[in-house]
Amino acid sequence: MTAGMRLFNFAAPSRFHALTGWLIPWLWVLTAGFAVAGLYMGFLVAPVDATQGNAYRIIFIHVPAAWMSMILYLAMAFWAAIGWAFRARMASMLARAIAPTGAMFTFVALWTGALWGKPSWGAWWVWDARLTSELILLFLYLGYIALVEAIDDPRRADQAGALLAVVGAVNIPVIYFSVRWWNTLHQGASISMTAAPKMASTMLMAMLLMTISFWAYAFAVVFMRVRAIVIERERHTAWVSELVRQRKDD
Amino acid sequence: MRALFLAVLLRDLRLAARRRIDALLPLVFFVVAVSLFPLGVGPEPQTLRHIAPGIVWVCALLATMLSVQHLYAGDQADGSLEQLLLAPHPAVAVATAKSVAHWLVNGWPLIVASPLVGLLFDLSEPALRSLVIGLVLGTPVLSLLGGLGAALTLGLRSGGMLLILIVLPLAMPVLIFGAGAVGAVESGQSAAGHYSLLGALLIATALGAPIATAAALRISTE
Repeated sequence: MTAGMRLFNFAAPSRFHALTGWLIPWLWVLTAGFAVAGLYMGFLVAPVDATQGNAYRIIFIHVPAAWMSMILYLAMAFWAAIGWAFRARMASMLARAIAPTGAMFTFVALWTGALWGKPSWGAWWVWDARLTSELILLFLYLGYIALVEAIDDPRRADQAGALLAVVGAVNIPVIYFSVRWWNTLHQGASISMTAAPKMASTMLMAMLLMTISFWAYAFAVVFMRVRAIVIERERHTAWVSELVRQRKDD
Repeated sequence: MRALFLAVLLRDLRLAARRRIDALLPLVFFVVAVSLFPLGVGPEPQTLRHIAPGIVWVCALLATMLSVQHLYAGDQADGSLEQLLLAPHPAVAVATAKSVAHWLVNGWPLIVASPLVGLLFDLSEPALRSLVIGLVLGTPVLSLLGGLGAALTLGLRSGGMLLILIVLPLAMPVLIFGAGAVGAVESGQSAAGHYSLLGALLIATALGAPIATAAALRISTE
């Protein structure tokens, strides 16, 4: 049997359940380890910013969260599309499990952005292009979650959610650029975050560590959620009954 | 395909003609909602003139979202939607015809009423013209996107709120360029760029949304 075949084996819910059950503790260890290292680097080692003082340090949570929010939307749309096109049950379940984590990271990015904006811009919120498009991304996540939760039939929910996620993914560049042009048209020279000062390598390092930590967290939480969805949907199958029996014996 | 398109379009127009009050409700909503803003914001002409394009566009967007909710509901309830999808023609024709019919019934009255509404806010003549041109280009996009939302939320509990939540983020570019066109004219610039972008959005949506709507109809009626 080739390695590719073995990989596909994990598309079977029972195997996926077993594999992720083994992976999740390690992912939590990675999350905690890298978070401690990243926060240590970010809050204690990285130098104080010349203009913003210590307030800038929220960047070590803000930027990785913003990255995750965008990557997770694409991952969600990707798995939803795979699940729809190939009728792959596992992929659809994965897409549904990713959505709440993606929405959470979007919210964290917005919240930390507000906390950062208050000391550096003097306002919790400005209608900057990036903030606005991140807010719209949150709406897209909420729309997806609301739609799949409103449909009782899991098959229809998966397919409708996939369609919406793909339409959203196609629209993201359009939304982003229209918001950018809107912003430049309305505000002229607004606050720009693109002209960031050159970053010290320790800052970059801290941000990288936090990103890895967030990735591990996303994997761990998504896997936990996916396991719950798998058990719920496959509750009538033999392997779930077997699993329940084993648990009871233990 | 063309026969099906025309048949569905004419049928929907005929149905709307027999229920004229229903067809006029979005227009009434539009005018009432627009009139609420001066009461909330205050009667200063300068402020009102400044925010008028945004108000008109947001209200047109909401009126469209409210009127599009029952686009497929009636056909699904009496089973004719399934028959249409079973017909040996692509469902894209049905989706396109329904959205075009929705625009003709609900979009046009908004466009016709918009100059009058604009006068309430003391918009200048060039600004009124750009408002109308923007709505002519933009409201079809709203009808097309609304059709997709209606197909996705077909037969769901609280489908109405859900549709609005799903479609509004997708409709934001239309709002930006539509209201932006009026703003550009007001500040003495050319609105040609905004019209071009609205036109591009219209073409892209006209090509993409019916296909997505057809897929959504198949998912929802499976």
